[in-house]
Amino acid sequence: MARMKFLCDADRCIECNACVTACKNEHEVPWGINRRRVVTINDGKPGERSISMACMHCTDAPCAAVCPVNCFYTTADGVVLHSKDLCIGCGYCFYACPFGAPQYPKIGNFGSRGKMDKCTFCAGGPEADGSKEEYEKYGANRLAEGKLPLCAEMCSTKSLLAGDGEIIAQIYRERVVKRGYGSGAWGWKTAYRETIES
Amino acid sequence: MASLAKHIRLALGAWALALMITASVPSIAQQINPTASAVKEQQLLQELNRIQGRVSIPDQRSGVLEQPAGREWREFRNVTLRWIGGVAILGMLVALVAFYLIRGMVRLQAGRSGRTIVRFGAFERFAHWMTATCFIILAISGLNITFGRPLLLPLIGHEAFSEWSQWAKYAHNYLSFPFTIGVVLIFLMWLGGNIPNKVDVEWIKRGGGIVGHDHPPAYRFNAGQKAVYWIVVIGGAAVAITGYELMFPFYLSGIEGMQMAAVVHAIVAVLFVAVMLAHIYIGTIGMQGAFEAMGSGIVDVNWAKEHHSLWLEEEETRAAAKDARSKPAATAAE
Repeated sequence: MARMKFLCDADRCIECNACVTACKNEHEVPWGINRRRVVTINDGKPGERSISMACMHCTDAPCAAVCPVNCFYTTADGVVLHSKDLCIGCGYCFYACPFGAPQYPKIGNFGSRGKMDKCTFCAGGPEADGSKEEYEKYGANRLAEGKLPLCAEMCSTKSLLAGDGEIIAQIYRERVVKRGYGSGAWGWKTAYRETIES
Repeated sequence: MASLAKHIRLALGAWALALMITASVPSIAQQINPTASAVKEQQLLQELNRIQGRVSIPDQRSGVLEQPAGREWREFRNVTLRWIGGVAILGMLVALVAFYLIRGMVRLQAGRSGRTIVRFGAFERFAHWMTATCFIILAISGLNITFGRPLLLPLIGHEAFSEWSQWAKYAHNYLSFPFTIGVVLIFLMWLGGNIPNKVDVEWIKRGGGIVGHDHPPAYRFNAGQKAVYWIVVIGGAAVAITGYELMFPFYLSGIEGMQMAAVVHAIVAVLFVAVMLAHIYIGTIGMQGAFEAMGSGIVDVNWAKEHHSLWLEEEETRAAAKDARSKPAATAAE
């Protein structure tokens, strides 16, 4: 089985937000929730870079470690998913997550945040693959259909890569060699405790 | 002259255009190193331990790209807090059981006199018990968040544990309001009797008389009770403030503030629980006649004499003065 990862090549990202839009549309993510976002660092200054960020599906995920009800699980593909039936909306995963991935539908409502929502790597949830219940709670399960996450597929500059960690790391390495520079695999060290040597 | 200036302008323009075209040719572009000025993840993390930028979606808080501090918070929650809580609470339980077995219940040495005196009025007892009931539910639901996953979840299973934890979370959030009101009432009601004074020094020197059969004098509240009072007021304020900060995310602070709030909230809370165990012990099986004070509000005069001698004297002088005032008034009315 492949170990699925995301990689955003910041030297290619043009902050078009197609990944954000694709994600919202594919999973019918409610208003106010963003499973993916594009953050621009040093906006308007020399060396500005934009990075598309969502759940990185960490190795030894902090969210899963701190969850008081243990509602997270890691799939055979290394995708970190959770059960909305078990989630109590306490917000602890949000404190622990290095990437600000967990989202809540009712933030600030006397602490009743509602069930946590986050990027599923287009892999749905614990319900039967492709079922109506799964779609309503977690969105589309593209992985079960043999497809990769839509955000990366829609990326206009192929900056955002999603798939087998080894393969996307190789693609990135080749790019860096060819163009002669690269600002690094953002978030990899924090999420996977490794980075791509270039 | 004018035609010469025109020629020079034209020549300059053509030259500038040629320069721009050559500059955009790839072979020259490769000599410029675009990475030289690019932001570096490692550098940004080393500077601030977080990376923040601009987002174009309405949720501006999502501008925090990376905050690896979350991993330290995880370490606190899963390791440090469990140690602090475990040692404080189990340590206190062990100490109390050992104390009970060695010392036993602090009995009324003179026995009951049969005469009683009012110690706490109805409103005082209401405020105490409202705070106390809330505290017990808050403590159980709070400990469930820290210790439920390793201890209770394996026993009752995922579905039941989630259901219980969901209700516990609602109880924890909503009972915080009467608890906070209770702490405020306690603060105002008993502030007068809880200012430390010289008598407390003597009381502490004699170990509160808890070891042996000593009874150091005390006013309405002895130094031990004053300690409990200030722990409730200060600890209660700390858990309330940090708790509300977590209940209303991003109103008071960003993510790092909420992590700090969770740390303070949890440490104060587990120590609070440990102290309250001792308070419950001494108020029930630890001392004969103590529960009545908060139960019916009436205590035996001998109990008051042994544990709050100066308070009893005060009350008796006050009662005598009242009697002296009311008696002539009564005769005059006849």
